[in-house]
Amino acid sequence: MPDMPILLRERQYHEIKAVLDRLRMDSVSRVVFLVDKDGQEIAVQGEVGDLDTTSLASLAAGNVAATGGMAQLIGEKEFPTLSHEGERESIHISVIGRLLLIVVFDERSTLGLVKLRSKQVCHQLLAMIDEITRAQSSDEESPFAEITDEDIDSLFK
Amino acid sequence: MTFINYASREINCKIVYYGPGLCGKTTNLQHIFEATAPQSRGKLISLATETDRTLFFDFMPLELGTVRGFKTRFHLYTVPGQVFYDASRKLILKGVDGVVFVADSQEERMDANVESLYNLEENLKAQGYDLMKIPYVLQLNKRDLPNVIPAADIAAELLRRDEPVVEAVASTGAGVFDTLKAVAKQVLTELRKS
Repeated sequence: MPDMPILLRERQYHEIKAVLDRLRMDSVSRVVFLVDKDGQEIAVQGEVGDLDTTSLASLAAGNVAATGGMAQLIGEKEFPTLSHEGERESIHISVIGRLLLIVVFDERSTLGLVKLRSKQVCHQLLAMIDEITRAQSSDEESPFAEITDEDIDSLFK
Repeated sequence: MTFINYASREINCKIVYYGPGLCGKTTNLQHIFEATAPQSRGKLISLATETDRTLFFDFMPLELGTVRGFKTRFHLYTVPGQVFYDASRKLILKGVDGVVFVADSQEERMDANVESLYNLEENLKAQGYDLMKIPYVLQLNKRDLPNVIPAADIAAELLRRDEPVVEAVASTGAGVFDTLKAVAKQVLTELRKS
């Protein structure tokens, strides 16, 4: 079955941002993202500057999906981490359930340190995601239950 | 899969353009990109071969405006149309909120349309979706070419339910926004139910 939609509350969003910020400092990295496997950016922390975070999120998800497909072809469930090392900038991606933790780092850090620190926060992020998913299964009314046809039409004027 | 962020007050939805090779999926996105104000859209990313055939996907984020205080953002994707890229097509359908099937109206491409639509149904099923229930639009593209089949005949072959049918010429932009509007409307209407 398809995954349930993600509804992210303000408190949860700030908690996630705090975890990402700590990871960014501990791993001496530039930017840390949390993205879902479909390429939607959930939270980002760090020196974003003019980095196109939306495109990076979608390409990272495509990257994980493609390597996951390769994994299955050789009899693996998935590849839980991916690393791409450039001359100056590098990317490390960890698969955490239905989410991806992406760390962008430069020569100030090392792949080993980023891997270690990412692994350390995985459990914490997994618990937060569980909480978000559990909260959604309660019988709460959608904030969009009241959307009218006029609201929708107004987007296209 | 819709993602609703209460902190930044955003709704993000994913729309996938599907169809046989060279039917005009990328051209649809290119027109939307060119006709939209830069502040409303992000970059158009194309993972294509050296001959401009889509290799993995095209991607473009588009902001439509605000509804009930939430910014509505649509992430538009295309799939590679060529038959042998089926593994990639399956991956791109993951988490989809709405689908546009771009049919090539030329007589000689009818078999390719039928095969691709069948492939869409199968790949949606593999991801746990049902074409009969998901927000869906049928676009009849390339209506300006001389060798096209009458719209009613194509629709008779490709219509699956009561989906909106839009005639289009993606290379000039005719029908492109009508198609997007038809699918986006269904996706937002779904939010009412969820």
